[in-house]
Amino acid sequence: MEEKKSDMILEGTLAQLRETVRRVLEVPYYRSSFARVGIGAAEDIRSLADFQGIPLTEKEDLRKNYPIGLFAEPLKKVVRIQASSGTTGKMTVVGYTARDIEMWATAVADALGRAGVTPDDIVQVGYGYGLFTGGLGLHYGSEKLGALTIPLSGGNTERHVMFLRDLKSTVLACTPSYALHIAETASEMGIGPEAFCLRVGIFGAEPWTEAMRGEIQKRLGLDRALDIYGLSEIMGPGVAMECAHMNGLHLAPYFYPEILDEKGVVLPLGCQGELVLTSMGKEAFPSIRYRTKDLTTLSYGRCPCGFYGWSLSRVAGRVDDMLIIRGVNVFPSQIEEAILSVGGIEPHYLIVVSRQGALDNLEVQVEVSEEAVDEISHLEELRQTLQQRINKILGLGARVRLVEPMSLPRTEGKAVRVRDLRKGDL
Amino acid sequence: MLQLSIFLENAKGRLAQALSVLADLNVNIRALSLADTKDFGVLRLVVDDPERVAVLLKERSFVVKVTKVWFLQVEDRPGGLADVLDKLVERGVIVEYMYGFVEKAGELAQIVLRVRDQALMEDAVGELALGIPQG
Repeated sequence: MEEKKSDMILEGTLAQLRETVRRVLEVPYYRSSFARVGIGAAEDIRSLADFQGIPLTEKEDLRKNYPIGLFAEPLKKVVRIQASSGTTGKMTVVGYTARDIEMWATAVADALGRAGVTPDDIVQVGYGYGLFTGGLGLHYGSEKLGALTIPLSGGNTERHVMFLRDLKSTVLACTPSYALHIAETASEMGIGPEAFCLRVGIFGAEPWTEAMRGEIQKRLGLDRALDIYGLSEIMGPGVAMECAHMNGLHLAPYFYPEILDEKGVVLPLGCQGELVLTSMGKEAFPSIRYRTKDLTTLSYGRCPCGFYGWSLSRVAGRVDDMLIIRGVNVFPSQIEEAILSVGGIEPHYLIVVSRQGALDNLEVQVEVSEEAVDEISHLEELRQTLQQRINKILGLGARVRLVEPMSLPRTEGKAVRVRDLRKGDL
Repeated sequence: MLQLSIFLENAKGRLAQALSVLADLNVNIRALSLADTKDFGVLRLVVDDPERVAVLLKERSFVVKVTKVWFLQVEDRPGGLADVLDKLVERGVIVEYMYGFVEKAGELAQIVLRVRDQALMEDAVGELALGIPQG
């Protein structure tokens, strides 16, 4: 019985994947790269194994085809373009037909609904509006759900605090680091979380941790801070999002996920690897086996919220973000976890990797909070506790340096948390 | 008595910078001590109206904590401080740190003490009738 069911799901999925293949074969770049592996028509995809033989797409392919070389529809049918925030290089441009915009809004509205957001909520959007997908993506979804939507964008943090207090927004959507920045600004303005009516936080666009979830919930007085995942190359925010049950990030039904190891081998459910996504039904900018560079694991099944399908675990890090220090794989998120588990430290940090002779040096700069100041022995103890915790998690010797608050850069977009000084002398 | 503790990174000119901010704020420093480690230091200050100064410093992005300390007068002669400390130790007072200074044209020296248990110290001060300066 179960077997039959999954076979049926597979058949349905395969048919949809074949449609995506048919669509991308209209694009000369895909047509020639598929031809090299002997795929000339959608009908060549008879099984999942055939599908897994399709070449992977990377960010670099998008750059090579800048600006609209990978669009599968004429510009006449495209109603919107967005572009990636370009944190890691040249900008990439993506397009949407009216149906794509509708699909995106539906994906976000459904995800917000599962998060417990209702038409009675007031959703304050602190993602940037513009070419970055964050602002408009959340905005359209929230409006589709029927919630009052405030397009505050990023930037004017004091205004965010005022609106949270005066308009009594119940939902805040922004990056997790900006959420903390808003909380800090509020406290500098003498306004505590009790002045707010926040219930749900929708945070994403950068990796964050369980510990940071607790911290943000506490500082903003949220019932729950939920993780939202997305990328412009696939659609934008809402590709996957946690529901109120926090059972992983439910993947919108318009995408087919795969998890790959470093060699490109497809891994079974439950194994951590790079997330690769294929869109199903997307028109202007279909994605085919797109490498997200995000590390996660997949599960499949039903959630008490009513969702049935694939879910991602919280993104553990970026394939690119992984630092190799003295041969050990290190993710900034591991260091963040350690920092947040020790009290008396602000959740702001900078990882500095340098090289002394042949040896890599890892220094973690963290900001002290005022309660910790006064006795040197106490500060030293704090420093050592954190240092030991980091060393235990990473299995290598890091040096922790306490720095003055606000001396580390604050960002409204994506946070810069790593400075690798080894680059250039390699 | 309240004291200000300011966290300072061990960076060139940082102490001078902090002190010139205090000068700009027209804050007169009555006593001062600096504890330092390789990476950072804690500047402890006795000033007038410490709570107001703390707010002003925080507005200027300093990490400041207001700490309760004891301000005692001891005789300005060899053994003046030792006599007082002996008596405090007898009463179980644990001193976390201290620093001293000599007030202009006075016959008494003054010390700032940070103790672990405030109640014990209160009792000791009462019993010993230790000199606590006015203001």
